[in-house]
Amino acid sequence: MPSLNRGRFLARLSGPGVLVGAVLAAAVIGAVMLLALDANPLAGYGALVAGAFGGGKNLADSALKAMPLLLVGVGITIAFRAGVINIGGEGQIIAGAILSTLFVLGFPDIPRFLLIPLAILVGAVGGAFWGGMAGALKAYAGVNEILSTIMLNLVAVQILNLLLRGPLMDPGEIERGSRIPHTERLSGNADLPILPGGTRLHLGVVIAVLMAVACYYLLFRTTQGLRLRAVGHNPHASRYAGMSVERSVVLAFMYSGAMCGIAGVTLVFGSLGHRLATDGGATTFTGAAGFNGIVAALFGGLHPLWTIPASFLFGSLLVGANAMQRAVQVPAALILALNGLVVVFVVASMQARARLSAAAALLRAEEGLSSDPAAPAGETESVREAPP
Amino acid sequence: MSDFFTVSVLLATVAAGIRLAAPFLLAALGETLGQRSGVLNLGVEGVMLLGAYGAYYATLRTDSVLLGILVGLAVGAFMGVVYGVVTLALKAEQGISGIGVFIFGLGLSDLLFQRQVGTPTPIDGLRDWEVPLLGGLPWIGEVLFHQNVLVYAAFLLVPVLWYLIYRTPFGMNVRAVGETPEAADSLGVSVNGTRYLTILIGNSMAGLAGAALALELGIFQQNLTNGHGFIAIALVYFGAWRPAGVMAGSLVFGLVSATVLQWKTLGIVAGTTASIVGMFPAVLTILVLVIVSRRTGAPSALTRPFERGR
Repeated sequence: MPSLNRGRFLARLSGPGVLVGAVLAAAVIGAVMLLALDANPLAGYGALVAGAFGGGKNLADSALKAMPLLLVGVGITIAFRAGVINIGGEGQIIAGAILSTLFVLGFPDIPRFLLIPLAILVGAVGGAFWGGMAGALKAYAGVNEILSTIMLNLVAVQILNLLLRGPLMDPGEIERGSRIPHTERLSGNADLPILPGGTRLHLGVVIAVLMAVACYYLLFRTTQGLRLRAVGHNPHASRYAGMSVERSVVLAFMYSGAMCGIAGVTLVFGSLGHRLATDGGATTFTGAAGFNGIVAALFGGLHPLWTIPASFLFGSLLVGANAMQRAVQVPAALILALNGLVVVFVVASMQARARLSAAAALLRAEEGLSSDPAAPAGETESVREAPP
Repeated sequence: MSDFFTVSVLLATVAAGIRLAAPFLLAALGETLGQRSGVLNLGVEGVMLLGAYGAYYATLRTDSVLLGILVGLAVGAFMGVVYGVVTLALKAEQGISGIGVFIFGLGLSDLLFQRQVGTPTPIDGLRDWEVPLLGGLPWIGEVLFHQNVLVYAAFLLVPVLWYLIYRTPFGMNVRAVGETPEAADSLGVSVNGTRYLTILIGNSMAGLAGAALALELGIFQQNLTNGHGFIAIALVYFGAWRPAGVMAGSLVFGLVSATVLQWKTLGIVAGTTASIVGMFPAVLTILVLVIVSRRTGAPSALTRPFERGR
């Protein structure tokens, strides 16, 4: 190892190091919880890792679980970058799912190559509408977006239950009298095609990754993305520069909602039953993706491309949690609890990161004066963009 | 609908509304104190869920409602210490870390319930206690003085909190720290010390609010609070950061919830209509926020971490 460059080391540490630390800390607390619940943490975590990564089928399941997290995550990223917090992923997923389901129910015979893109588009519109409401409330009425998005989540769940117990209920369920709240099997023309390879992976996974790349392009390679980030960084300066802060806030929420809406589409048309369903309670077909996507976004450093591996990690944790539940009888809700901790840790460590990178910059400047300038400039720069 | 407009049903509905207002009120009063000192706690919902589960489980195992209440308080206090460290010592962004607390509480309460209880088992919850003499009053006695102990506690805390905030040195510090922490600091007031205390009290009250909910219903289930904690935060805005205003808002939401329940019981709304009526609280919250959002009077230092020399 060449001479230890403390500046470089600190820069590394302030990047992914802190994030890995956050997950490790959560894992340690999770182990303590498992012990407290009379379960063997080693057996539990062993089953979790095997369930998430052991074999092609499990990896495919992890990727499928990651798909909605990625879409929600990049949506959340756009909102965060524009300076607003979108906790309405759940509601926007549901809005996208409902609208695309209605569309496919209305036009089941459109050929496949056309129906799938149209369903995605309609779902995006549904999500954008639901998100845009929160954006408009924030921009033009000053309503706190965290509270409004949470309330819109509650409203969306009620609308979903209302539709699935009423007009959208599978006629077969009514005939049989079983009255399970789900729609009929939706048109086969809207089924997301299974990818070759013998797994359950379907087109939705590809769509999610493409959307992440598109959002990266939007945020960092277009004027509109620059405006969104500028408003997020400093609304006053942006306004002074002639940008419309209100417009940016609404737009950010619409993009954010559109991504969540597409997540809803992939969840419905990629589901095993190929239908929209609810369990009648607070959790629906979303599997809390609207919340877990926030974790993925934060863990991805609020960068659309880094959100891809981050989503895969958290998707695999969710899949592994089910294996853990079978192995040591600890409910998979453990992962949701730990995800909450990861959010807290990541946010709490942002200050530490800021301090570390400031110290690193200082040390680099000092060392740069004394040591040889062999290291190419910029090599130690963090790969990711700094979070706002 | 004519079933609803009878004296006995109306009285019962108002009494139920006051009872249902208690969890909102407890949580919102705690949040008011925290925000007055400049700390936004968006994790109320998560703390409520944990407090609710703790109170439910303790009562289920020991048949002691009192122990349930104490466990709810203790769970809230513990979460207060955690949230204090995260937002004050580590200076974490308050909005997002509160969401983390919410997700944590949502997951952990569900995890513990599934693992330790499994099937929803009803408990003997809080019993109504008739206030001597006053309880015998016609109408008023039935509505106001046939309630459980946490309802009385919640409404008694309104004047107590008012006195604490406006008439004590501690309350003076709380307001100073929430408006201009730098000035308070220069006068020797411990900014973070004051905030630790308000967070501790506020989260304890959120835990108690959860306990009130679980012990009133006598049941626990996944996501029992279903937005109560977030509505409580909205009520702080509605009440313009004043205990009496927060109480008024809590009563509105309690009465709306009680009316919805009563309509469902009487069969006035059923099936799909019940779903529509079920949206009332959430829609009402958004409307309330639209109306009060331009309201001034928020503590100036809300969500701003304090750092000496800035």
